[in-house]
Amino acid sequence: MKLLEIQKLLEAEVLSGHEHMEREVTNAFAADLMSDVLAFVDDKTILLTGLTNPHTIRTAEMMDINAIVFVRGKKPDEETLKMAEENQIVTMTTKNIMFVTSGILYKKGLRGANIIHK
Amino acid sequence: MIAIQRKYSIERRDFQSAGQVSSSIKKIMKQVGVNPEVIRRVSVASYETEMNIIIHSNGGTMEFSIGSDYIKIIALDRGPGIDDIDLAMKEGYSTATKDVRELGFGAGMGLPNIKRCADDFDIQSEVGKCTRITIGFNL
Ligand SMILES: Nc1ncnc2c1ncn2[C@@H]1O[C@H](COP(=O)(O)OP(=O)(O)OP(=O)(O)O)[C@@H](O)[C@H]1O
Ligand SMILES: [Mg+2]
Repeated sequence: MKLLEIQKLLEAEVLSGHEHMEREVTNAFAADLMSDVLAFVDDKTILLTGLTNPHTIRTAEMMDINAIVFVRGKKPDEETLKMAEENQIVTMTTKNIMFVTSGILYKKGLRGANIIHK
Repeated sequence: MIAIQRKYSIERRDFQSAGQVSSSIKKIMKQVGVNPEVIRRVSVASYETEMNIIIHSNGGTMEFSIGSDYIKIIALDRGPGIDDIDLAMKEGYSTATKDVRELGFGAGMGLPNIKRCADDFDIQSEVGKCTRITIGFNL
């Protein structure tokens, strides 16, 4: 699914990475704990989270995640958005809560990211 | 043969620059042309290690080296050490405080994540003194 389509479905406002909205993602992962995020493996994953501090961007950078949706209308501060921009990470914010955000995207075919079991 | 070696110092509770060491390490690996799958595993392990030093220790250092067939990270802090390592390694075990949880840490997944990502993993600790974590990756 293209990020553009995700933006439309969630009626989201794009906060950084406007020029990368043609990117495709196939999986999603929803979490508010960064170590949970750091435990999954898939490529082309979009992160859904309510956490807007700089550590969210750092975590995405480490995982090669290049798209983040902030739920419940949350917005990071300028500094954090600058960090996202520097790392070419698309961020957007939606008024929907986490559950609804996940439901909308699941219904349209996005699938859950896989966790490493070892 | 060691091609590149770097040593970084990490301050206790320095949330401001948290992740910068791991970010630098990632950039070096990209420049050298390490396989992206390995880069991701090293990055996750290094980030979790860095955050643990910031959150749980009195500060310390991380040493990164990359040779022709191996990547190694040695983290050494100045205490307080870990009393029960088996317990600390359990998924879900965390002593993180509320303020740290609000930042998104404290799932108790860090050490198990590091072990999962690494090809070689060793943790040693002396209470009141230090914790030393050695992580290795085959190239
Ligand atoms: N360098 C360290 N010095 C002292 N104690 C540590 C250190 N690293 C980890 N610990 C202890 O081990 C516990 C488990 O660490 P782990 O990284 O698995 O989880 P966490 O840091 O609490 O949460 P998360 O990593 O999921 O954000 C910590 O809560 C802490 O009590
Ligand atoms: Mg940790």
